[in-house]
Amino acid sequence: MELFVFVVAALMVLGGALGVITRSNPVHAALSLVLTLFGIAVMFVSHDAQFLAAVQVIVYAGAIVVLFLFVIMLLGVDRTEDVNIEPITVQRPLALIVGAGVMGIVIAAIVASQDLLSRRGDGLNPTTLESTDANIRQLAREIFGNNVFAFELTSVLLLVAVVGTVLMARRVKTNGAGK
Amino acid sequence: MLSVIEPTNSWYLILAAVLFGIGAFGVMVRRNPLVMFMCIELMLNAVNLTFVTLATALADINGQVVVFFVMVVAAAEVVVGLGIIVAIMRRRNGITADDLSALKG
Repeated sequence: MELFVFVVAALMVLGGALGVITRSNPVHAALSLVLTLFGIAVMFVSHDAQFLAAVQVIVYAGAIVVLFLFVIMLLGVDRTEDVNIEPITVQRPLALIVGAGVMGIVIAAIVASQDLLSRRGDGLNPTTLESTDANIRQLAREIFGNNVFAFELTSVLLLVAVVGTVLMARRVKTNGAGK
Repeated sequence: MLSVIEPTNSWYLILAAVLFGIGAFGVMVRRNPLVMFMCIELMLNAVNLTFVTLATALADINGQVVVFFVMVVAAAEVVVGLGIIVAIMRRRNGITADDLSALKG
């Protein structure tokens, strides 16, 4: 059963990822991104990270992709881009080499440490841990306990991002000068 | 029959590595800045999947805490990045990254 879930989620993830980089229409790419994000959420659930799966669906698929689509529609760039022309001749082979190289190095490192990773440990399932807290409670204890300073800093980060974006998107009044 | 083979943690890590490679390839190849942003999201999600997998493998909730913070920072990054793109697109009509090679307005 778990194998079935993994295969389906992996197909969603890889199909969506290939869709993002191959579809010439940005709207189609954004919808493929939704497919990938849902596949990742399924994998989070199978790794006992239920809270993160919910956040993944709400924040990524719900907010970020909608923001992408909103900007695409706002700017009117939803026309098809010709992906067959190649502005720099060796760009794609070089990018393929670099991408496949990164992939190969990471996979080699994973395979080399396989005996450490291959066992599916006891994991974070509350029924097997000594503390029977649910996932969200474990996460909350850690975030609001040991990482509370970093948590407060993220609120500063979000505030700065919002103020900065408002400042950037503001229409500057033209007093004859400038522009 | 199918339940004989169980996916191990290595499978998830290899899938995350493949996803990261696809995202990196997309960032280098695509020229629409919006699609480049989406490819960066792909890479961030690959790293998130790695963190969650290792949190399970090592029975340490801190892996999931890191993913939480990565999601917050990714949301802020997308907001700022899209704000910059909208500000640039308002001034000029070019939609490829090649047209944005100069910082002057």
